[in-house]
Amino acid sequence: MKIRVAVVQFKPRKGDVAHNLDRVAETLRQIVEENLPADVVVFPETILSGYFLEGGVRDAARTREQILQELSCRYQPFARAEPLDVVLGFYELWHGKYYNSALYLTLEQEPARCRILHTHRKFFLPTYGVFQEKRFVARGRTIEVFQTRFGAATVLICEDMWHSITGAIAALKGAEVFYVIAASPGRGFRGENVGNVMKWQTLLCNMAEEHGVWVVNASLVGFEGGKGFVGQSTIVNPFGQVVVSAPLMQEAIATATIDTEEIAIARANAPLLADLEAGLADLLIEMQEIAEEQHTRDRQ
Amino acid sequence: MSRLQVVTAPARTHDAEELLRINAPLVTEWLVEFLRDEMIRRRGFHRAVVGLSGGVDSSVTAFLCARALGPENVWGVRMPYRTSSPESLEHAQMVIDQLGIHSRTIDITPAVDGYLQYEPDADGRRRGNVMARMRMIVLFDLSAALNALPVGTGNKTERLFGYFTWHADDSPPINPLGDLFKTQVWQLARYLGVPEVIVSKPASADLIVGQTDEDDLGISYHLADQILYFLLRGYRVEQIEEMGYPREKILLVKNRLESTHWKRHLPTTAMLSTTSINDYYLRPVDY
Repeated sequence: MKIRVAVVQFKPRKGDVAHNLDRVAETLRQIVEENLPADVVVFPETILSGYFLEGGVRDAARTREQILQELSCRYQPFARAEPLDVVLGFYELWHGKYYNSALYLTLEQEPARCRILHTHRKFFLPTYGVFQEKRFVARGRTIEVFQTRFGAATVLICEDMWHSITGAIAALKGAEVFYVIAASPGRGFRGENVGNVMKWQTLLCNMAEEHGVWVVNASLVGFEGGKGFVGQSTIVNPFGQVVVSAPLMQEAIATATIDTEEIAIARANAPLLADLEAGLADLLIEMQEIAEEQHTRDRQ
Repeated sequence: MSRLQVVTAPARTHDAEELLRINAPLVTEWLVEFLRDEMIRRRGFHRAVVGLSGGVDSSVTAFLCARALGPENVWGVRMPYRTSSPESLEHAQMVIDQLGIHSRTIDITPAVDGYLQYEPDADGRRRGNVMARMRMIVLFDLSAALNALPVGTGNKTERLFGYFTWHADDSPPINPLGDLFKTQVWQLARYLGVPEVIVSKPASADLIVGQTDEDDLGISYHLADQILYFLLRGYRVEQIEEMGYPREKILLVKNRLESTHWKRHLPTTAMLSTTSINDYYLRPVDY
């Protein structure tokens, strides 16, 4: 199956959810009116507010139902005949707590048919160095795979991707396409590119190659109080090769048509996922032992 | 039997210069974008005012501002005191001429001496602070007159050493060089085409005749930046000493670093409530 994917990077206006929803809608309008090849449009982490909000999270957070309603309203004036899927990051209010979340939703001409397919709440919250997420948002507790009309997918947010085990779980659960949204402030200016851009490229390629999956990454751009988000959103094929990258720092849309049939070819060449499945029972016992040991040790 | 080739990791110190190397074109692109974003997009200012001392930091800042905003939107301001070196004034003029930016020259002598006549016994440090604060008065006032933003020029090394006048050199609202060590500013300066005479001369605050930073600090910038590099990453004194750096220099850098944390913060406020600003009530600078 072929999926036409567009990754979008723009600089959100800090804390202004309504304005940023307008920009998301404007981008969708451009995609529809210019007939860009896009079945799924992916926006970065916290695109509706900007990333560094600190206590401002409580002002910017919305429920997922609000986002669906706001976006489907804005979409109607230029809605196209075929459905349009959207992945985007936002600060979410859910069951009395705030989360750094991602929505996967489908927009249709008929407002009543617009729907949320999946919500991912960031599992690994960076709270070190320049990051303070645990202070302001709660941690999601699941890594889920969900069905789209193009097959099984997962959504990961930023540090979720830095732990290989998260991707391993999603791949074991059957995800063929990983939508990875990120907000990565630039650090390290010695090499040929910004340090964390090179790190991200490595992460994306390694994850795609290890599990034989498509990895579709959308990464925030723009400066927030001197911290510049790098962009360079990237799509990687199941062989671990970069198919397309958006530019560093600049607002842009990057598109690619991805073919899920390549997954079987990649996995036949490197059956690492099958090997992982075969060893899963033993790994589970190993993990259980580690967890029990840690629990016991911390009791002493 | 043939022996296997042995490859040994180079000693840590051999890499230190390399560790401080920057990709100057990439840094330039980043800082130009930073200036445009912080000045135009966030604050709505299209013009910059830069105090030009004739030194490398302010020269680099002017070069970056000219790239980001266009030379027609940059004002280089020379603010000599009667003891300032004439060479500083000439070097500042070289930058103005090379970039084609606007310039102003404001002699701060009457203003500084006007105050100091009441404090004739003030020592060099106090006089230097008065000059630095006077220069900030000029920069902020001119920026108000020109509808411009004053742009800071302080580098990371001087910030970490506390080698600046509090609420003076550090007071402009944006600073492109504040996360670059002095030796990295030199790299950037050479890439940008700052006149070599400015880059290669000994750095000086030029507050006292003949003064140089390295004499004041008791250490060269090359050595200081390497030691700072490791201290900031959390290496202990003993570990840095093992790399081959002199213990007394490490302690000198560490003591300056640890005695000046206050200079890198806003004034200390007594916390009395659970809505204390910047303790409980937390909002980013650009929110």
